[in-house]
Amino acid sequence: MSGTINTSNSVNVRSSDIYRSREPLESNQLADFIQETLALTKRLFIQLQRRPSTLIAGIVQPLMWLVLFGALFQNAPQGMMGNDLSYGQFLGAGVIVFTAFAGALNAGLPVMFDREFGFLNRLLVAPLASRYSIVAASAIYIVALSLIQTAAIIGVSAIMGAGLPSLTGLAAITLIILLLVLGVTAMSLGFTFALPGHIELIAVIFVINLPLLFASTALAPLTFMPQWLQIVACLNPLTYAIEPIRYLYTHPQWNLTSVVLQAPWGSISFGSSLLILVSFMLLTLTAIQPLLKRRLA
Amino acid sequence: MAAAVLIQNLCKSYGTVPAVKDVSFQVNQGEIFGLLGPNGAGKTTTIRCLCTLAKPDSGTIELGGVSVVDQPREARKRLGYVAQEVALDKILTGRELLELQAALYHIPKVEARQRIEVLLEVLDLQSYADKKTGTYSGGLKRRIDLAAGLLHQPEVLVLDEPTVGLDIESRVVVWDFLRQLRSSGTTIVITSHYLEEIDALADRVGIIDRGLVIAEGTPSALKNRLGGDRITLRIREFTPVAEAERARHLLSQLSCVQEAKVNDNQANALNLVVTPDRDVLMTIQQSLQTAELPIFGISQSRPSLDDVYLAATGKTLLDAELSAASSRDLKAEKKQSMR
Ligand SMILES: Nc1ncnc2c1ncn2[C@@H]1O[C@H](COP(=O)(O)OP(=O)(O)OP(=O)(O)O)[C@@H](O)[C@H]1O
Ligand SMILES: [Mg+2]
Repeated sequence: MSGTINTSNSVNVRSSDIYRSREPLESNQLADFIQETLALTKRLFIQLQRRPSTLIAGIVQPLMWLVLFGALFQNAPQGMMGNDLSYGQFLGAGVIVFTAFAGALNAGLPVMFDREFGFLNRLLVAPLASRYSIVAASAIYIVALSLIQTAAIIGVSAIMGAGLPSLTGLAAITLIILLLVLGVTAMSLGFTFALPGHIELIAVIFVINLPLLFASTALAPLTFMPQWLQIVACLNPLTYAIEPIRYLYTHPQWNLTSVVLQAPWGSISFGSSLLILVSFMLLTLTAIQPLLKRRLA
Repeated sequence: MAAAVLIQNLCKSYGTVPAVKDVSFQVNQGEIFGLLGPNGAGKTTTIRCLCTLAKPDSGTIELGGVSVVDQPREARKRLGYVAQEVALDKILTGRELLELQAALYHIPKVEARQRIEVLLEVLDLQSYADKKTGTYSGGLKRRIDLAAGLLHQPEVLVLDEPTVGLDIESRVVVWDFLRQLRSSGTTIVITSHYLEEIDALADRVGIIDRGLVIAEGTPSALKNRLGGDRITLRIREFTPVAEAERARHLLSQLSCVQEAKVNDNQANALNLVVTPDRDVLMTIQQSLQTAELPIFGISQSRPSLDDVYLAATGKTLLDAELSAASSRDLKAEKKQSMR
């Protein structure tokens, strides 16, 4: 084996050095929770900094979507998307949401690898204030990553002529992305603790990813779809993130009562879209509770 | 005062596999307790229950009177755990790993920085501290893992086969280190299937086999309890039973032979217990010669922990390892041990 301690005789343990003080440390649940969450988050960012390829790919890919998909429908009749919108303008909101969604769906992967390599055990034997710090760290990391990606897409769309939403509009986009990402991250972590290994997790991600994209209004408006797909798309949480953002891009004047979507069963306002996203987030967060309790208790 | 570690009637199954059937032992403060047993004996399972990573099916586990099951967080504060498989984040440097570890144990930053410096120095890791752990050799990985387990100055340090894969020299360094820790009052529980390791290190030892503790005591008491010297005698490389029995009958007549057994796990070699005497071998050889029995091989030794194991199970540790190796379902285990 490769293990050699080369300076074998120079190890002089002064036990008094290691055990200078044995007084119990002051403890405060909330401060402890913040400390451990920040440390776990820091680890994820160090990983990102030293292995930036995920971030780079995560920015390049949506930009290619914008350019390629935009070009694909370049010659579609003007106004086909409604309100004399070019396809490029139409597509921006879809790409923003889909990028955030795909990122969040992968949130569980690092945790799964920690499980498989036994690193998670290191966390589980530590006296964490709450093991939800592990979940919180993943969520913070993914949210930050998604917001960076979103900013990049908004910037490039603006350069490509899609315009820039107002400051309140940008704040609304941030909120929408936050809600969606938290909900999907919870879902992904749920899969992580329910499935046996990363192969299975990747398979599930693979199966969910594109169908949810196509069964949403990311690439085409509802009016293009047959009735059944319209129903599916209106049950898809992605749609409720896409439509309000799209509305922001095309309507300088908007408020919470603006109608952003004509679902088969009635019109949906900006405000109700937000409510639906909040409910989706609460639903997934609640749904994974028992599982996390069991695995992390 | 409550024992530093108290395990009573611990029982834990994985599905239908009873990994630990009935394990009880007690470790006093400032003592090194060795848990010795072949592969698959249930050492890691016992340790995982002790360290709150697995929930016992039944039984009690206490650390200084605190129940590990009822007050896991309190127990975790007192425990340092060095796992059988070193799991480091290969992207982090050694120092970053220790900083993360410090935060998980809520050590204030300044204090943590000092402790990390001391540990890096003591374990002679300074020159590697700022390199990624992915570049470490096996020995370095073990040492940084040990440092991580010690950072919060645990009352009880639990090490699951900490010297696997280390050369003899490095192993001795780790032993010295653990002895030093003991002298500062740390209680240590260490598992191993190296007899010499437990013999050299442990104040007391529990021998565990197929989920049961089959012997417990100080290494010398366990060995002395066995009485005289051990002799392993092979008539032939593979001795027919009849011939072995004949030899056994013959030798048990001798006054210097206290006990004689035919061991079918060792190709019907004879395991003898004899009075420690220089002429014993001669006497045996003469007696066999007169009966016209050949000798393929013969060896004599002071009783070792292996003999303790042999006496309790009828197998040597090595034999037990070999048969255990063939009966394990490694894939199922890997799946189950993940959380
Ligand atoms: N996660 C698991 N799922 C199923 N069976 C398991 C699992 N872990 C251990 N076992 C079984 O329980 C028994 C005890 O295993 P354990 O890992 O505790 O042994 P050990 O003494 O640590 O062995 P080793 O010296 O190889 O580390 C073995 O028969 C093993 O096959
Ligand atoms: Mg083991």
